[in-house]
Amino acid sequence: MSAPALTPPSPPVTIPPPAEPATDLRALALRHGLTVSGARPPLPRYLRQLWARRHFITAFATAKLTAQYSQARLGQLWQLANPLLNAAVYYLIFGVLMDTRHGVADFVPFLVTGVFVWSFTAGTITAGTRAISGNLGLVRALHFPRASLPLALALQQLQQLGFSLAALAVILLGCGTTPGPSWLLAVPALALQALFSTGVAMAMARLAARTPDLAQLVPFALRTWMYASGVMWSVKHVVAEGHIPHLAGLALELNPAAVYIDLVRFALIDSFTSAQLPPHVWAVAAGWAVLAAVGGFVWFWRAEEVYGRG
Amino acid sequence: MADASSGERVPTVVVDGVHVRYTVQGGATGRRGAGAGAALARMVSRGRGAAAPRSRTVHAVKGVSFAAYEGEAIGLVGTNGSGKSTLLRAIAGLQPPTEGRVHTRGQPALLGVNAALMGDLTGERNVILGGLAMGMSRREIRERYAGIVEFSGIDEKGDFASLPMRTYSSGMGARLRFSIAAAKSHEVLLIDEALATGDARFQRRSQQRIAELRAEAGTVFLVSHGNAAIRRSCDRVLWLEAGRLRMDGPVDEVMDAYEAHTGA
Repeated sequence: MSAPALTPPSPPVTIPPPAEPATDLRALALRHGLTVSGARPPLPRYLRQLWARRHFITAFATAKLTAQYSQARLGQLWQLANPLLNAAVYYLIFGVLMDTRHGVADFVPFLVTGVFVWSFTAGTITAGTRAISGNLGLVRALHFPRASLPLALALQQLQQLGFSLAALAVILLGCGTTPGPSWLLAVPALALQALFSTGVAMAMARLAARTPDLAQLVPFALRTWMYASGVMWSVKHVVAEGHIPHLAGLALELNPAAVYIDLVRFALIDSFTSAQLPPHVWAVAAGWAVLAAVGGFVWFWRAEEVYGRG
Repeated sequence: MADASSGERVPTVVVDGVHVRYTVQGGATGRRGAGAGAALARMVSRGRGAAAPRSRTVHAVKGVSFAAYEGEAIGLVGTNGSGKSTLLRAIAGLQPPTEGRVHTRGQPALLGVNAALMGDLTGERNVILGGLAMGMSRREIRERYAGIVEFSGIDEKGDFASLPMRTYSSGMGARLRFSIAAAKSHEVLLIDEALATGDARFQRRSQQRIAELRAEAGTVFLVSHGNAAIRRSCDRVLWLEAGRLRMDGPVDEVMDAYEAHTGA
């Protein structure tokens, strides 16, 4: 934006505002109880505003989900086909070509569960990174609590996870796993994972709103994280072999992504027993979830008024 | 309108010494083309405080002050890039001022909902999504749905509401967007130019709808390059030039000076 230099700057011919001189503007506003536009609301009011927008959040998530494959001939069938193809590729590379099973029983359920559960965290964080920077038009045009955007995109990923889980159930049954009451344990595990991923996504949304370049780096960080999270190999086996230092082993075991993946495996796969889980696993899972969700949300809210500044 | 206690007029928007600066990223190559290495290098160089070559600060609004009162319709004029739209977004609280403050009664709203709509969704679902994005409840949307579709006229040539919006002609899409945006009334309404699109018949209808919205709103701001539209609908005009308030006064006075300046 540059000012057109058609004419030399002429002296201002401003007619003073009819009622008040400029210095009294603040007093005028205060006298009539006007509020500061675009100020960040306190946290309780912010939460109430967010709750009032819950229908927008769900509608936005569902709209994104349906818009995703609306131009494809197979349409919503891709919701199922996508995770299945993904799992097939991983099986081909890690199960057949590289054979990373190393004594993991039920390798196909093990691998597919890992891939699907990891994709949920990775997808939520990727979507969160673009939540503000990819929706600047919306942020600059309409008023709503900005947290609606990362929350809606996380909800979209959760809906997608629903399709992945349906595909996973088919694969598990096909591999001879019998469904049992322990499958219900996947619900709290996935709920904690959803909290954790959404919290990280909100933090990434704030970071990437200021530095859009982050969107270029996130895929690399996520890929590194995936390889360290035991998606296609067993964390317990590697730690038990004792080739790596104790602290590194501890970090591998406490890695939130690995914790959630192994909890879901524990819930769904009979041969994956509690011996393969780190000690105090549910406490670790809940701790990561609360830390990320509360920290990410509050940190996101603290920049509420500057999103969309440019 | 008079305040009962003091006899002074009731302000709805008070803009107090507002400056807006923003940073523009990107240039010819854009960020898609840049690889991870380049992205990292850019972040590192910014961390050191060195000005990244492709990020510039634009000082779009430079110290604007005024008070708007209940019942006023205020036009914002100025040549391209004079900061009109930025000032409008600052009043709406969407582009926070770098310096100074904007005080408002209630939540001023920009008339426009385009950014919330998705071309892959049907017109029907876009009405719902757009309404929710503007803060309407599901019940309000249900009540107004028929009115919105009828006003847009998209169903006059077949059942277009059930087709994805990307299949609409540009005029049809613009009509639906305007109809959704104009479905809600606001206390302080901000209207950016080029809203009333579509054929002549729809333009007449949308001008009528804007007049209705004006009547329902306490204060209206209108940004337009159409001098006739400003003279027709506003009673006060702010003339911005290069981010500064050059003139503020009754419509005829300011518009005469503005037209003499631009040679229109």
